[in-house]
Amino acid sequence: MINWHTLFFLLFAVPTCLFAVAVVASANVVRMAMCLIASLAAVAGLYFLAGADFVGAMQLMIYVGGTLVLLVFGVMLTVQGPSVSLKISSANWLMAGLAGGALLIVLLSAVVGIEAWTSKAVAETAPAVEAGHTVAPLGMGLLGIRVDQLSQQDPTLRRGMSGYLLPFEIVSVHLLVVLIGAAHLARAKRRRTASTPATTAPLNPEP
Amino acid sequence: MSFLSFLSQPVSLSHYLIVGAVLFVCGIVCMATKRNAIGVLMGVELVLNGAAVNFVAFSSPFLRADSQLSLGLDGHLITLFIIVLAAAEAAVALAIALCYYNTHATIDVDEGDELKG
Repeated sequence: MINWHTLFFLLFAVPTCLFAVAVVASANVVRMAMCLIASLAAVAGLYFLAGADFVGAMQLMIYVGGTLVLLVFGVMLTVQGPSVSLKISSANWLMAGLAGGALLIVLLSAVVGIEAWTSKAVAETAPAVEAGHTVAPLGMGLLGIRVDQLSQQDPTLRRGMSGYLLPFEIVSVHLLVVLIGAAHLARAKRRRTASTPATTAPLNPEP
Repeated sequence: MSFLSFLSQPVSLSHYLIVGAVLFVCGIVCMATKRNAIGVLMGVELVLNGAAVNFVAFSSPFLRADSQLSLGLDGHLITLFIIVLAAAEAAVALAIALCYYNTHATIDVDEGDELKG
């Protein structure tokens, strides 16, 4: 008897981890960008599987469709010729591999060691896919009304009903400021020296 | 056979957390080793996604036995904020990388050592 949740979890989790490792292992930056796109798209599948349908859709639209296209544009605008694949010394690889391996061992031992996180009592009875109707509660939560907490009887837990209106506004203004600042930083600057043919050509640094 | 027996078992919370930990460590190693500024940025994206996977896993009420302790909608909202802030961070970091490239004619972060004492 195959558990379909487990099968689809493997189907999304294995590409996520493999493409994340490929991002680290690859030296070519264009290949890194492609592996990152594949890894984050598989993460969106994991979100759907955990019952977060709206978050998974946003992961696909904002991350895979927006942020990574921005990254690929950055790669195309900056990387050319010999700097496509910068060599990394093996001493650096050794140190980073040791530190990363130690960190991974610590994290995995913490994750596996806690009893409440490894128990499967609920997962055997309830399919997680049925949880995925979160769009309207998320929208109301961003407006400051927690419709999922209305039936909360415990008055100490009702403080969570305050909603997310203020963080939503802060993030909105933050995004506006950041995009204006990014456009200002990345604008085509006028060169003082008129000898360069194109205004966007990079300056040659004097050694 | 062990693989088939794994397939018949349901997934618990720690399986999702393992994926998050792998993404996090890959991002850390990517940030530490890459000499390309865009590569460092990709490491940051991996770290943020590892954290977001953990938040989504903790917010699902079906992955753990004590389901009343799950984050619920809070985890989803925090994950949405993570995604939006990652987009903002990528925009600013790319603008900085473009400025760096315009002044140094390279994207290698080891070349930016003017502030060395």
